[in-house]
Amino acid sequence: MADTEATATEEEPKVLTDLEKVGEPSVPRKKPNEIHPDDLVGKISIPKVEEGSAAGNKPYLCKPENMEKLGFPGDLRTDWHDAAIAKMGDLLKKYKSLQVYMDICVKCGSCTDKCHYFLGTRDGKNMPVARAELFRKVYRKYFTTEGKILGKLAGAERFDLDLLGEWYSYFHQCSQCRRCSVFCPYGIDTAEISMAAREIMDHIGVGQKYVNDIIVKVHDVGNNLGMNPKALKATLESTEEDLEEETGQKIRLPLDEVGAEVLMVTPSADFFASPHVESLLGYAKVFHQAGISWTFSTAASEAGNFGMFIGSYGQMQKVASRLTDAIQEIKPKRLIVGECGHAWRIAYSFWNTLIGPFDSLDPNYKRPEHICEYTLDLVNRGAIKLDKSKNDDFVVTMHDSCNVARGARMGDKPGGQFTIPRDLIKASCNRYVEMDEETIMEKTFCCGGGGGLLTDDLLELRVQGAMPRMQAFHKVQESHGVNFLALICAICKAQFTKILPKYGVGMDVAGGVHQLIANAIELGAKE
Amino acid sequence: MGSFEIDGKTYETDDDGYLVNLDEWNEDVAKYIAGIESVELTEAHWEVVNFLRNYYQEYNIAPAIKILIKEMKKMFGPEKGNSAYLYDLYPAGPALQACKIAGLPKPTGCV
Ligand code: SF4
Ligand code: SF4
Ligand code: SF4
Repeated sequence: MADTEATATEEEPKVLTDLEKVGEPSVPRKKPNEIHPDDLVGKISIPKVEEGSAAGNKPYLCKPENMEKLGFPGDLRTDWHDAAIAKMGDLLKKYKSLQVYMDICVKCGSCTDKCHYFLGTRDGKNMPVARAELFRKVYRKYFTTEGKILGKLAGAERFDLDLLGEWYSYFHQCSQCRRCSVFCPYGIDTAEISMAAREIMDHIGVGQKYVNDIIVKVHDVGNNLGMNPKALKATLESTEEDLEEETGQKIRLPLDEVGAEVLMVTPSADFFASPHVESLLGYAKVFHQAGISWTFSTAASEAGNFGMFIGSYGQMQKVASRLTDAIQEIKPKRLIVGECGHAWRIAYSFWNTLIGPFDSLDPNYKRPEHICEYTLDLVNRGAIKLDKSKNDDFVVTMHDSCNVARGARMGDKPGGQFTIPRDLIKASCNRYVEMDEETIMEKTFCCGGGGGLLTDDLLELRVQGAMPRMQAFHKVQESHGVNFLALICAICKAQFTKILPKYGVGMDVAGGVHQLIANAIELGAKE
Repeated sequence: MGSFEIDGKTYETDDDGYLVNLDEWNEDVAKYIAGIESVELTEAHWEVVNFLRNYYQEYNIAPAIKILIKEMKKMFGPEKGNSAYLYDLYPAGPALQACKIAGLPKPTGCV
């Protein structure tokens, strides 16, 4: 009796459920202080492949409660295999491009060294073509004649638990930045494949905690941060006081003001975090000096839309519908979007289909406008004045956010998403330096934290994935003393603030474009 | 999920070691978490922790960084009312360390 009791309390090896097997990293996650990037050398080099070196990178699984809130199964479905194949079939029919991407890759290898996660982790499976191959193997097995007959010989593979584990790992090592697609002769977009993979995984009960928890927060509270209306109001009021103390003027941060001309939609991080909030001050000063009435809205207190990261059109639409409510309530004439990379992609490319048309808005303006195009227009017309010398402490460079660079446009001319923020930066400071041309504009490298990977359970991946950008930054820091990395994306801001110190750079080097504007804008009476 | 034990009582935490149930917090819990974080709690640390807790009780979210710094100005005077001093106290940052020690959930989002 005593014996059996003693054995019962002894540490037994934990038996993992199938879901836990899928979500369990193969090597334990490192603590933040154990993560050290490689020393930066002269140029971004193509690494010697270390197969499987990043296989341990897996984000936390979403808990059943929040999975169910989003309409996903709370556990791995017992029929997960059949359900996954059926879902894949649906997606192949629904998205013609996905079907095409499955068939047209010729394995030319152009994309292999274009992914920051491959360059940073050295894991061959992080080459875009290898990432897509994880999806293609399953596709061939169930949807092509050769695959059905020849199996492995035709590169087809049965979808089993091990392969699902690889999906969970490597489709969460893709920030959906689309850099690979720029170099692919056929324009194959691995980002779309990884969105489809995540959609299939959610459908069978394998969801990622960070993104799904945040979508739940948006539905429950109204924004990614979970800042409720009372807290939002108090925060804006407190920030107004700060602005008055700083400038001696009553510069407002209005909330829910019905009839305001401009409805401003910005990531909730702008209300809360540093350096994000410095750009918020910039927006407020610009509107103030332009003399236009404007407001934030409680209903649309978030520009971001994480539905995109999990490839869920339904979630994307549900999140975006909050904006419809806000427009009905506020009745603005114009809609302006703050500094947020993926939000601008969604605003520019999807809002119209998701929640448009915006018939109630003034057709003389773009519906929506980006804050950078709005501010630059004021500068060009002389409606606001910038004193460049106010930013003389800074030598500035710009990091293009991938979702803006490759997922959207801005203004009237092609390439406006590159020139407009740059023109604005150059109007606000005297010293601007460009990073290596292979790393900017349409060839920009992701910050390393996009696509729903901005979570500490993936910190090592984030540090490694930032390597190519840090390399390019390091070069202009050495050559030109660059000390300000200008950003137009909340995720980029958070990512760099955290990652820069790992590379020996101060976190305050990262800041928003409208932070520079906030410094330089001349407030007060106009001539 | 995880947990730790102090004086025979078990406290549940999330995967990152943040207390699950805010009401279970007490000074021993704070000291325990601070120990794991290698933060030695001085009078100034406690003031920040207490402010965070009071703010959370009223607003159900941690304060924005500017609000916290403004409060620190009131508590410690203008020289110490800045983010440099905040990071002196909590080297891994307010969200990662101060909130954790105060028993608040980890702020997540694009932050
Ligand atoms: S989309 Fe970006 S992260 Fe994903 S495979 Fe391509 S380059 Fe890598
Ligand atoms: S560049 Fe395009 S075609 Fe070539 S291997 Fe990569 S995905 Fe395939
Ligand atoms: S965080 Fe910024 S750079 Fe990274 S995916 Fe988003 S927009 Fe791209």
